[in-house]
Amino acid sequence: MDVLVILEESQGSLHRLSREAIAGAQKLGSSVAALAIGENADTLASELSSYDLEEVFTAKHELLSSYSADGYFETVIQLIRAESPALVVAGHTYQTRDFMPRVSAKLDIPFIPDIVSLSDEGFVKQVLNAKLNASLSSASDQIILSFQSAAFNDEEIRGGSCSARAFDVELDSSQVRSVSEEPFQEATGDVDLESAEVLVSVGRGIEKEENVPIAFELAKAIGAEVCASRPVVDSGWIDSFRQVGSSGHNVAPKLYFSLGVSGAIQHVVGMKGSKNILAINKDADAPIFELADYAVVGNVLEIIPKLIEALNNK
Amino acid sequence: MKIAVLVKQVPGPESALPINDHGTWVDEESVTFVMNPPDNFALEEALLIKEGKGDGEVVVVSMGPDRVQKVIREGLAKGADRGIHIEEVGPIEKDPLHIAKRFTAVLKDENFDLVLTGLQSDDTGMGQTGVLIGEMLGISTATLAVETDIKDGHIRLKRELESGWFQWVEFPLPASISIQSGLNTPRYPSLKGIMGAKKKEIKTVSCTELDISSNCQSVDKVFVPQTSKHSEVIDGEVDAAVERIVEILKSEIKVI
Ligand SMILES: Cc1cc2nc3c(=O)[nH]c(=O)nc-3n(C[C@H](O)[C@H](O)[C@H](O)COP(=O)(O)OP(=O)(O)OC[C@H]3O[C@@H](n4cnc5c(N)ncnc54)[C@H](O)[C@@H]3O)c2cc1C
Ligand SMILES: Cc1cc2nc3c(=O)[nH]c(=O)nc-3n(C[C@H](O)[C@H](O)[C@H](O)COP(=O)(O)OP(=O)(O)OC[C@H]3O[C@@H](n4cnc5c(N)ncnc54)[C@H](O)[C@@H]3O)c2cc1C
Repeated sequence: MDVLVILEESQGSLHRLSREAIAGAQKLGSSVAALAIGENADTLASELSSYDLEEVFTAKHELLSSYSADGYFETVIQLIRAESPALVVAGHTYQTRDFMPRVSAKLDIPFIPDIVSLSDEGFVKQVLNAKLNASLSSASDQIILSFQSAAFNDEEIRGGSCSARAFDVELDSSQVRSVSEEPFQEATGDVDLESAEVLVSVGRGIEKEENVPIAFELAKAIGAEVCASRPVVDSGWIDSFRQVGSSGHNVAPKLYFSLGVSGAIQHVVGMKGSKNILAINKDADAPIFELADYAVVGNVLEIIPKLIEALNNK
Repeated sequence: MKIAVLVKQVPGPESALPINDHGTWVDEESVTFVMNPPDNFALEEALLIKEGKGDGEVVVVSMGPDRVQKVIREGLAKGADRGIHIEEVGPIEKDPLHIAKRFTAVLKDENFDLVLTGLQSDDTGMGQTGVLIGEMLGISTATLAVETDIKDGHIRLKRELESGWFQWVEFPLPASISIQSGLNTPRYPSLKGIMGAKKKEIKTVSCTELDISSNCQSVDKVFVPQTSKHSEVIDGEVDAAVERIVEILKSEIKVI
């Protein structure tokens, strides 16, 4: 095997980013294997049975019944030591961020994270809040990679066959130091962003809490719901249940009308499925314009009040 | 409770970011720097933990050239007790594993109960430094903390998961924890704090004293992302822009 894909479970089945990671792994190496960890390892493995993979390792242990950084880390380093893959790949998920750097530190293998694409020179990731891209490389014999959402298309996974093999992980309770409680969701509020036809999205470009009402007025004038980027929620200007992005909602309205949103990847993953994107931003180079259908370069604080006036006069 | 907070200096949100002549990074001469935003939340959390306990020490640690003393001073002005500046004199180290080894060499003899970092930096965004250091120090690690609750020798932590889910985890101290933004409201330094900060100690440790070799990664090139999308650009007078937006809403997307 030259590439090992570390799989992740999401609500009982394979995480979407794990599928995309398999598609990426098949592009990067000729012999690809995967590792499924935990109680549901067999179920995850069976989801891969029609893929062209050398094999899928299943690691089960009573200490792996729920995710822990300690348990996953131990399992992954034991398999890397046993199989010596040149590349270890995974989706760039919260779980990967949580334990993969431990693998990197322990085995002294560089971890190139958050890759959005491959180029002739190397691995491309966004830097400086998505304003620039960077190309990264490593001359190390072994490298760990994680792929951002949509870096690869899971429809391009090469079909074939794949059998499962149990991997005996050695773990004792002294190695797993943490105790995790059940995951839960916070109060969701009474707005349904997922089914809204039109969304007005408020970014930090609204500048001040006092300016937030103009977004609600605009929303009222065009029959939209209001959503927001994370910094706006973090500042307490708008309720957290309105947040769009990797740690908030995933939306795909008919129109996504953004006001002073820069277009960082963690925001974009939650709205890029929108049918139409109209973005206002004062910076002509703002990354949001890369996906906007209509790119309005200007100051939201000047444009929106006039727009509301024009709409209300119609 | 002895807490280290790692604060990094990064280009601010409004900073110019001209690419340098070699195309390898931005030209730092034109950059305005700020404290990495998540690190500001980590610092506030450390101060709140110390104040809640009524005793302890908060140490701000930053690595980089002389200019990073500014973010250390900012931390001291907000109430941290002392600072450590890991000084880089030659070219700036670019590899997360190297950087983590340097931090580890400096932090290990201090025996911190908690090492707090931001979840990722606004510049290179590797999102791994705190966890790397935790593993190198042999202590517990956790990421994306949105609430902390210190108990006797333990910490209970609310972690953010994806898509609006959360989870509580508990583990023994010492620990290295990365902080997600938004978990508290960072304070502004008071005038008294700013004056007091001048008397607080900043220890400078030189990087060249550390003997470190490892496998590494490098950023070879930076470039402006290419647009594949064909957008209509509307960049004229405000009135003309407003008129065009109304037309789009009405006749093209048909939402009004
Ligand atoms: C693990 C993780 C999870 C995250 N999850 C999310 C998430 O779920 N959702 C999310 O949104 N972010 C998330 N983020 C944060 C994300 O990386 C960005 O920091 C965030 O999306 C930026 O928000 P913004 O665009 O509002 O602010 P900024 O990036 O500060 O952008 C403000 C924009 O407004 C423009 N502007 C300023 N003033 C004006 C004006 N007067 N008129 C017009 N334009 C103006 C500026 O040019 C700039 O482009 C996450 C980050 C991490 C690391
Ligand atoms: C071209 C180029 C230029 C660079 N210029 C600089 C520079 O000017 N200054 C610089 O320090 N590094 C610089 N670096 C190094 C690099 O950005 C990182 O410090 C390193 O790779 C870790 O990645 P990160 O900062 O993205 O860490 P992340 O893992 O995303 O950071 C997580 C957290 O770790 C802590 N942390 C990370 N680095 C530091 C630090 N240096 N000081 C204090 N806390 C820290 C912070 O709490 C931060 O929130 C440069 C790298 C490149 C490629």
